[in-house]
Amino acid sequence: MTDTRPGRLPASGHRPGRPGPFFARDRGHHPPALWPDYKTSVARSPRQPLLSFENTLSEITGPLFSLRDLGPQDNDLLSNFATEGQPIGERMLLHGQVLDQNARPVPGVLIEIWQANAAGRYRHVNDGYRAPLDPAFGGCGRTVTDSEGRYFFRSIKPGAYPWPNATDSWRPAHVHFSIFGSGFAQRLITQAYFEGDPLIDRCPIAGSIPDPAARNMLVARLDMENSVPFDMLAWRFDIVLRGRRSTCFENRPEGN
Amino acid sequence: MRIPPNAPPNTPPVLKETPSQTAGPYVHIGLRPSVAGFAGYTWEPDHQIANPADKSRRIRISGTVFDGTGAPVKDALIEAWQADANGHYPHPEDGRPVMPGFRGFGRAAADLESGEWHFDTIRPGPVPGPGGTLQAPHVSLWIVARGINIGLHTRLYFPEDAALHATDPLLAIIPDPRRRETLIATREKDGEGVTYRFDIHIQGEYETVFLDI
Ligand SMILES: [Fe+3]
Repeated sequence: MTDTRPGRLPASGHRPGRPGPFFARDRGHHPPALWPDYKTSVARSPRQPLLSFENTLSEITGPLFSLRDLGPQDNDLLSNFATEGQPIGERMLLHGQVLDQNARPVPGVLIEIWQANAAGRYRHVNDGYRAPLDPAFGGCGRTVTDSEGRYFFRSIKPGAYPWPNATDSWRPAHVHFSIFGSGFAQRLITQAYFEGDPLIDRCPIAGSIPDPAARNMLVARLDMENSVPFDMLAWRFDIVLRGRRSTCFENRPEGN
Repeated sequence: MRIPPNAPPNTPPVLKETPSQTAGPYVHIGLRPSVAGFAGYTWEPDHQIANPADKSRRIRISGTVFDGTGAPVKDALIEAWQADANGHYPHPEDGRPVMPGFRGFGRAAADLESGEWHFDTIRPGPVPGPGGTLQAPHVSLWIVARGINIGLHTRLYFPEDAALHATDPLLAIIPDPRRRETLIATREKDGEGVTYRFDIHIQGEYETVFLDI
């Protein structure tokens, strides 16, 4: 029969000597579910308040990944799709560091990205934009952060593309990022934009983030220090995941 | 900028979290590349939450995500995280042994034509909860799609566990029984295996309870 004994875990599910629950998500720093300028969000936004629930093992734990799960080319979008030829467009090194809210580097984070090609076209059955597909570009990559929380991808800079929202809506060039911390409650999907793009301020999706400083966290910076001469420009995109409160021992609730 | 080890537990965060953005309509390229026709990866997470070789307590979970107009969300992507049959998570923070090969994680793309998705897994066991409570068996779910600005967390519970639901710490804080019902799957059929249906309503009369966790 099922073993339902809690084992050596303390009753709360928090182990003494380990960090406590995640900091509460600052919902005002994220886009609201309902943002009418982004029309699809109108029918796809919950209207009841979210139910707050303190973290248990179900939220603090999550799937773990390692480089052993991945192939050696998985973070190289210049070469991970076609066996011959190179993608057209501006070659780029896209890199950064993942920190938590306590400013500690987070190793072992699975980062998965997807993006349009240099012409602004996705390799997807639902993308009907007239711009051409690139036979040498698939548009996805993934990697796991190293011991200092660092990651990098080689790719081409994506193009802007039009989309059905208002009469003439264009997405600024962007790379979609999916980020896995160590806990399921940290799960995050976002988009990285490129410094200097005038379409960012016209985009209702970027604009769904109310605070300009928060929006600015999504702008990758031109990083000449890490560019590869005669090869590619570097863009730096740092990521902050939810951090955890410091340990709170079971029998000493005032702290440690 | 490190937090000193003797910092009190209410030390505020130093940094703001990176803000969320919608996964958009082409999420499959990145998260379920084989669904999008990309064959470059040797392995990707899929709808198998538990090792298919493990025949004990195998179940299927299937459902559809519906928007506020009642239309299926055909570009939804759903992630699932659960404990094994003993209620143990394959994670160092749990630390108890898990069934061999148990990963506990799955990722399902809704069918682009119908919007239906499914997971193949095993029944999880109960998990320790706050204050010495025991949480009824559940599967944690996270839903993203075009139009969803920040991923939606929810939980699926099983209809046979009514006695445990009465003391489950999460279900206990949902006063309206109709809302509580939105977290309980329905047992759909017997036969070769058991299928649980768990439709998710983003909005409207049957809006699913979503969590701020
Ligand atoms: Fe996009």
